[in-house]
Amino acid sequence: MSHLIEINGLKKTFPVYGKTGKIFSQKEYMCAVDNLSFYIEEGETYGLVGESGCGKSTTGRAIVGLTKADGGSILYKGKDLCKLNDKQFRPLRKEIQMVFQNALSALNPRRRIGDILGEILEIHGMKDADERREQVIETLKKVGLSEEHYFRFPHELSGGQVQRLGIASALIIGPRLIVCDEPVSALDVSIQAQILNMLIELQKELRISMLFISHDIGVIRFISDRIGVMYLGTLTEEASTETLFANPLHPYTKMLFDAVPDPYITNREFHALTGEQPVRTQAFQGCAFYNRCPYASDRCKIETPEFKEVESGHKVACHMVS
Amino acid sequence: MMQENKKEIESMQDPILEIRNLRVLFPVHKKWLPAVDGVDLTIQPGEITGIVGESGSGKSVMSQSVLRLRDHDTAVRYEGEILFEKENLLKWSLKQMRNIRGNRISVIFQDPLNSLSPVHTVESQLMEVLILHKKISKEEAKKKSVQMLKMIGIPNPENCMKKYPFELSGGMQQRVMIAIALACEPKLLIADEPTTALDVTIQEQILYLIQDLNKKLGMSILFITHDLGAVSNLCHSVKVMYLGQIVEDAKTEELFTHPLHPYTKGLLACIPHLAVERRKELPTIPGSVPSLSHIPEGCHFCTRCHEADERCRKMPPPVVEATPGHTVKCWKYAEGGKKNEVGV
Repeated sequence: MSHLIEINGLKKTFPVYGKTGKIFSQKEYMCAVDNLSFYIEEGETYGLVGESGCGKSTTGRAIVGLTKADGGSILYKGKDLCKLNDKQFRPLRKEIQMVFQNALSALNPRRRIGDILGEILEIHGMKDADERREQVIETLKKVGLSEEHYFRFPHELSGGQVQRLGIASALIIGPRLIVCDEPVSALDVSIQAQILNMLIELQKELRISMLFISHDIGVIRFISDRIGVMYLGTLTEEASTETLFANPLHPYTKMLFDAVPDPYITNREFHALTGEQPVRTQAFQGCAFYNRCPYASDRCKIETPEFKEVESGHKVACHMVS
Repeated sequence: MMQENKKEIESMQDPILEIRNLRVLFPVHKKWLPAVDGVDLTIQPGEITGIVGESGSGKSVMSQSVLRLRDHDTAVRYEGEILFEKENLLKWSLKQMRNIRGNRISVIFQDPLNSLSPVHTVESQLMEVLILHKKISKEEAKKKSVQMLKMIGIPNPENCMKKYPFELSGGMQQRVMIAIALACEPKLLIADEPTTALDVTIQEQILYLIQDLNKKLGMSILFITHDLGAVSNLCHSVKVMYLGQIVEDAKTEELFTHPLHPYTKGLLACIPHLAVERRKELPTIPGSVPSLSHIPEGCHFCTRCHEADERCRKMPPPVVEATPGHTVKCWKYAEGGKKNEVGV
């Protein structure tokens, strides 16, 4: 297997306005993603997990080209996606697609489903209307919808069906990589299971790679081959799913896993206080997790821990683990 | 400690809230459709009762009817009784209701930012409840507000008082909501998906807070969620709702160790929890919750139940007490049903 996509030192900053609250004061920047590196292999599912605000969605959007990265590179088939302009990016859109959390807002409410999906094909060069129609119906069937949905509007569908449609619109032009940004978070568990089963089935059939972004540890574990745990814009730990769950090393990973409510453990005592994620500024130094870490020492405050491999395929950024 | 707490609850007699055969109907196309269809529920003082169900199962409508929150914006019809400390809330005027809201019964919602006023500071929102209900002076209210924020675990409460809700993080907003809800020391707290919008670590903190406050203040909590994990960790007893009806009702441990209703079993099976085999097909509940205008004639769950037979489709099932304290609304456990399966 070769690396389908390789992300090296990705960086994305957003301006925040000065602490005085004045609009015209000196701009400050917060780093949504900082020095993030990982790769996805052909046919693999890579899971990105972390709390909201840790930059997992920004990473996904940078890969699809919805946000311009400020630094680093995204190598796809030898091309650096960060350096392409819109026109050069367009042919690659066909190969890298995205599934959003709220599919209903990602679909045009005034157009029929057949038109929405057909338009994607038209833009990517399928001129024959009959051919388009055929392909649309085929894709609808693939995601568990049927021909009768062709003339319906998105709002007529239930939550699960809309998400199926969102997946259909990503799959219809035959991508190599799909970025799934919290595709099941808004769904009920029974529907969530249906969608997860379908994604796995489709992935096997079409041999696509997936970047699966979620804050739900159970879901991430279920679907991913390898997992990256993100905190405050960087990876804190990365390993294959089995290794990560058998032997989590980073204190943040442990904390995250401990907080997962398990329906089969009744009357568990909750933990009191673990703090919250701070904002990362550019002048940031030390370990990102410093203020919440139970094992933090003075060294963690000053020195940024290196993201290094402790065993084959298992990387951790922590001074305490060596 | 939890065990002792449970025994205490069982020994107490007078329930704080009693809902009897409640139906809540909304007009759709000139017909009255029941969003809540015959719910019975009792909450003892100090008890945490969990209600689980998918979206559209009527759990929020039911909890909102306790405070009659729907009366203002929609046509709504109530049938049955909601007895709070033996008084039927459905017979009360809206003026009387206003006295009870936020005072003796409080509610916290899923999205704190939508429930808090964006143009008032935390201070004025917290003090408003106290001044309105407790009729105390501004100074006293201010002192009490700071105390509340401290109890809720907000670092530097004086500073927080001066802030607007949007300046706070999601977890902090939810804490402020809880502080407002608890300011008047209510007898009953309705928590409508209070942690759904939060991260797991923040959820952990909020659940800890709710559990802690329940122990300290001894108030009853009606905890509504779709997250079975949160319920099992927090609640003393759990009710599973489907399409406006309670289909199963048991003590928490009993429900999770011996789920009886096919819906409960299905819900539990389709969670990808940490012991499930990876990438292996998850069991699902086929289809989705039907809309109110398409409620099936017999058992509400029959369209999605793989064990449904002719009788389930024709006649609504009775509520059966399978084991003491564990009731289930299913033909499977009724007299003359497949009785030998009870308790398996």
